[in-house]
Amino acid sequence: MTDDIIIIENLEKRFGHVRAVDGVSLRVKRGSVVVIIGPSGSGKSTVLRCINHLETPTGGQIIVDGMRLTHNSKDINAIRAEVGMVFQQFNLFPHLTALENITLAQKIVRQRNPDEARQVALQQLERVGIPEKANNYPGQLSGGQQQRVAIARALAMNPKIMLFDEPTSALDPEMIKEVLDVMQDLAKSGMTMVCVTHEMGFARNAADEIIFMDKGQIVERGDPAMFYTQPKEERTRLFLSQILH
Amino acid sequence: MGASEPSTVTQTQPDASRIAPGVVGRLSNWPWWLILALLIGLILAFQIVTNQQMSSAFSAVSAGLGITIRVTLFAYALAIVIGLFVGLARVSSNKIVLNIASFYVEIVRGVPILVLLMYVAFVAVPFIAELLGIRTRDFPNEVRVIFALAFAYGAFESEVFRAGIQSIEKGQMEAARALGMSYFQAMRYIIVPQAVRRVLPALGNDFIAMLKDSSLVSVLGVEDITQKAKLYAASTFLFFQTYSILAFIYLTMTILLSRGVRWLETRLSAHRR
Repeated sequence: MTDDIIIIENLEKRFGHVRAVDGVSLRVKRGSVVVIIGPSGSGKSTVLRCINHLETPTGGQIIVDGMRLTHNSKDINAIRAEVGMVFQQFNLFPHLTALENITLAQKIVRQRNPDEARQVALQQLERVGIPEKANNYPGQLSGGQQQRVAIARALAMNPKIMLFDEPTSALDPEMIKEVLDVMQDLAKSGMTMVCVTHEMGFARNAADEIIFMDKGQIVERGDPAMFYTQPKEERTRLFLSQILH
Repeated sequence: MGASEPSTVTQTQPDASRIAPGVVGRLSNWPWWLILALLIGLILAFQIVTNQQMSSAFSAVSAGLGITIRVTLFAYALAIVIGLFVGLARVSSNKIVLNIASFYVEIVRGVPILVLLMYVAFVAVPFIAELLGIRTRDFPNEVRVIFALAFAYGAFESEVFRAGIQSIEKGQMEAARALGMSYFQAMRYIIVPQAVRRVLPALGNDFIAMLKDSSLVSVLGVEDITQKAKLYAASTFLFFQTYSILAFIYLTMTILLSRGVRWLETRLSAHRR
C-alpha cells in the first residue's frame, strides 16, 4: 500500500459534448492538504465531486484509500463514509437541529448507538467552536455557524479525507475567517484535505500543494510559496492577477 | 380570468376607502359573504332545533354521518399511502418502476371519479375476488367505494408528493449521499420529511375534496349522508328541507376543515427558516 490516499489517473468527465474534466491525474499523500484553484467552469469542483462519486466519471480511474471506485453502489457508500464533504451552500438538513444533523448519519450509516453519536456530535461542535448551538435549527444560525456545523457533521463520521467545495464562497466577509480558522486547525491536526477555494491566506498557511486548473486540465502545480510569487505558466499569471488585484 | 380577478379586487378596496372614509369605508371592507353565510347557517340551526319537519329531516340525514366520515378517513389514509409510494416511484431512475407508476397516474387522472367508482366496484373488485377465490358478496359496498376513492385519489396525492419531493434542493440529496446514506435512507430521513412539510396544505385541501367526493358513494347505495338525504326526500317530498340540511352539514364540515388547514399553514410557515 502506497502513501497516496487518493490516486486519480487520467480522469475524464463529459456532460454531453462538454469535457468538464479532461485527463486529470493527481496523487494526494496521506495527511497532506491540496488546494485547487481555477476560473469558474475549469472543472475543479467536478474533480472533487468525482472523488466521492457525486459525479460518475466517464473515463479514467480513482482509487481512494486502496479502494477503486466502481459503479457498485455498496462500494460507493463505503467510500463515501470515509470521505467527508463540505459544500458551498452548507446543505444542512433544515428540519433537523444542529445536533441531529450531526448524529443522523452516525446512527444509520456508522451504526453507532444514540448516546455515542450524541457524544461524538457534541465533541465535534466543541471543536468547531459552537457547542451552545447544538439544539438550534439551521435557520437560526448564521452562515458561518451553519458551515461550521456542516464541517462538524462531516468530521463526526471520522473520515480519512475531507473535501471542501468552495466552503467560504457563500459567506459574508466577516464570517469567512471563522470557517477558515476551523479548516486551518483541521489541516494542522493531520487531516488529508482537498479544497477548492480561492482563499489565498488559507492556501499559503495550510496547503502543501496548489493546483491550477483551466478548461478541465491541470495547467500548473506547485508549493504555495513559489506558486503565488513565481507562476511558470502565462495562464496562471493571468488568473492570479485577476484574483489578487 | 383567474389572473385578472384578484387584481381588480385589490385595486377597488383602497379606492373605495379613499372615496368614502370612516364608517362607510370600513363597512365596505367587511366580509359580508361570511356574515350572510353565518346568518343562513344560524337560521338553519335554529330551524333544526325548533321546526318539527326540519329536525326529523336532520336526524334522518345525519344518521349517515358515521359512514361519510368513515369512508372519507379510510379512503384518504389509503390514498396517502398509495400516493407516497407512487410519488416516490415517479421520481425513480428505474425506468420500469417509473413507467408503471406513470401509467397508473395518467390513466386514473383522465377518468371521472364516478366512472372509476363504478369500474372498481363492479369490474375490478369482482375480478380480484375471483382471483383470490373469495365470493364477491363478501366485499360490502362500503369497502368497494373506499378502495375506489383511494385508487382515484392515490393518483392525485402521488402528484402532490412528486412535486414536493422535486421541490427539495438537489444539495440535500447530495449531502445525504456524501455522508454515506443509501438512496432510500436519504429519501426516508432527509427528502420525504421535508417534502411532506411543504405539501401539507395541499394534502389538507385534498382531504376536504375527498370529503365532498365521498358523496359519490351514494350512487352505489352506500348509506352516507347524501344517500340518506335522497331516501328521506323521496319518501317525504321534503326536498327543500332535506337538501338544505345536507348542504348545511357538508358546508359546516368543509369550512371547519379549511380553517384547520389555514391554521396548519400559518403554523408551518412560522416555523420555517
